[in-house]
Amino acid sequence: MSRITSAFENKKAFIAFVTCGDPDLSTTAACVRSAVENGADLIELGIPFSDPTAEGPVIQGANLRALTGGVTTDKIFDLVRELRKDVGVPMVFMTYANVVFSYGAERFFSTCREIGIDGLILPDLPYEEKEEFQPLAHKYGIDLISLIAPTSENRIAMIAKEAEGFLYIVSSLGVTGTRSEIKTDLQSIVEVVRQNTDIPCAIGFGISTPEQAARMAGISDGAIVGSAIVKLIEKYGQEAPAHVGGYVRKMKDALEAVSFI
Amino acid sequence: MTNNNGRFGIHGGQYIPETLMNAVIELEEAYRHYKNDSAFNEELTALLNDYAGRPSGLYFAEKMTRDLGGAKIYLKREDLNHTGSHKINNVLGQALLAKKMGKTRLIAETGAGQHGVATATAAALLDMECVVFMGEEDTVRQALNVYRMRLLGAEVIPVKSGTGTLKDAVSEAMREWTSRIADTHYCLGSVMGPHPFPTIVRDFQAVISREIKAQILAKEGKLPDAVIACVGGGSNAIGSFYHFIGDKDVRLIGCEAAGRGIDTFETAATVNTGRVGIFHGMKSYFCQDEYGQIAPVYSISAGLDYPGIGPEHAHLHDIGRAEYVPVTDDEAVEAFEYLSKTEGIIPAIESAHAVAYARKIASVMKKDQILVITISGRGDKDCAAIARYRGEDIHE
Repeated sequence: MSRITSAFENKKAFIAFVTCGDPDLSTTAACVRSAVENGADLIELGIPFSDPTAEGPVIQGANLRALTGGVTTDKIFDLVRELRKDVGVPMVFMTYANVVFSYGAERFFSTCREIGIDGLILPDLPYEEKEEFQPLAHKYGIDLISLIAPTSENRIAMIAKEAEGFLYIVSSLGVTGTRSEIKTDLQSIVEVVRQNTDIPCAIGFGISTPEQAARMAGISDGAIVGSAIVKLIEKYGQEAPAHVGGYVRKMKDALEAVSFI
Repeated sequence: MTNNNGRFGIHGGQYIPETLMNAVIELEEAYRHYKNDSAFNEELTALLNDYAGRPSGLYFAEKMTRDLGGAKIYLKREDLNHTGSHKINNVLGQALLAKKMGKTRLIAETGAGQHGVATATAAALLDMECVVFMGEEDTVRQALNVYRMRLLGAEVIPVKSGTGTLKDAVSEAMREWTSRIADTHYCLGSVMGPHPFPTIVRDFQAVISREIKAQILAKEGKLPDAVIACVGGGSNAIGSFYHFIGDKDVRLIGCEAAGRGIDTFETAATVNTGRVGIFHGMKSYFCQDEYGQIAPVYSISAGLDYPGIGPEHAHLHDIGRAEYVPVTDDEAVEAFEYLSKTEGIIPAIESAHAVAYARKIASVMKKDQILVITISGRGDKDCAAIARYRGEDIHE
């Protein structure tokens, strides 16, 4: 069992996303620690990309602030080295294929292993293009996380069968960002997933309130929250870590209530 | 030359969000069906001929030939198409395909506005809804085209993200497509993006080289020695090259926008200054920094102001079949003025890049050699910007 899979054991997982370097790397580190102290089970670290085509305005803004601040892939690797001294929960990178490709895929994956990164989410790497990085991900023991979308339909089984780490179920059409309601029939997507794999699945895109998180975790194994956290960081800047911690605590409490149902 | 996954050598592919995968698979299946459907092809040919005005002329530029004193120069007049550029060839094909697929709404990106105008035109003709994404900076540079699109019934959305140019318009159109797929077709304007777009757009633009070949054989009884076209994403260039790729003696030359020069950061010359990467759904050459962040490219031409190039061009470059040469703003502006004064033809500033390079090589070619330049569009839209470039402030 990978470290990622064990994060879902006997509980509904709360997965928190932050964009590294927004507004600076020390704030990112403090936000991660604050999220973990308040119950985050897995941390998704965004490596900013100049043109994040799967992101809505909130995370686009975070990417821009981070890059304008001079953050680079190497500086983010250093951040993870530092975090790994005391952060025990699994951490995965979320970025775009060109960031990995351009760094040199082998160098990227071997560094991930060296610094203690557990997985990688690439929204622009669908099933058909997995071979680009899958062999290297296996070589260095990094889980390449697959995504399933509301439009996946006949593709769900195929994707689920080969999934590793956890499955990222995209709740809605469109890009990342908070939504007032999530209309997709996620229940039936999760059913097909469960028929085809034992690895956990978590739902993301559009989740911001404890009620939404509880509902999503009720039908899956966890909830992923990005834009709502990034909004707090945008609003409070270097003062954000305490706010992020408080928010994560509220969300985690909602999930813990679900776990015991 | 593309395999099932849409590869041209190492380039191409489908690097897109899972949300869009079934949409591109559905598009590929529909295209495979309709490209061999005789009723579809008859309908498309009728539109191209009767509505868009094809075939476009292959004009012997006698004065330019005499002036440069070398190769015989022919101009492929895509500027004479309805809507003023080659973009209509692809748009009529895709819009008709989308209609057959039951889509009722077209979305598109545009740089100079030529593709946006063509898409808005096809949407008006075929009773479809149309939304065009255009970089905010480009809506200023090409205000007239914004008005034309609105006049045709399209909604134009200025894109403020990133550099506010063509690449951001593509990103925003992709984002829009992921949020509304069922009734919407993304009418991509160039031979780029995920498979099957580079193949579909190339096939719809290949009419350019099919006509050039027949026309030059009729006029000269032999193939040209070189075919020159400008390259941003590369749709008019691949259209001009395609039927000559197998004719090894025909030089194929793509002219990239070098902006202020390939030794500056203000350039959009992808093959000359970029390296292989993965962006906007494809593997190809991209202008980028050492960490893979896409570079903010620059060219006077809004239509060539893109940090990537279509995957088939990347492959033609890799195997040495086509040459990709940089042409600066200055050279393009001079060529814009030159062709206007010499032949009475005002080319699009994009096409002027091809004219500029032709001026360099025509004079060193032999008099019995033939050079074909594709004039991809007309230059009315550029007059105000070129006047400003020359320090003259004219108001439209």
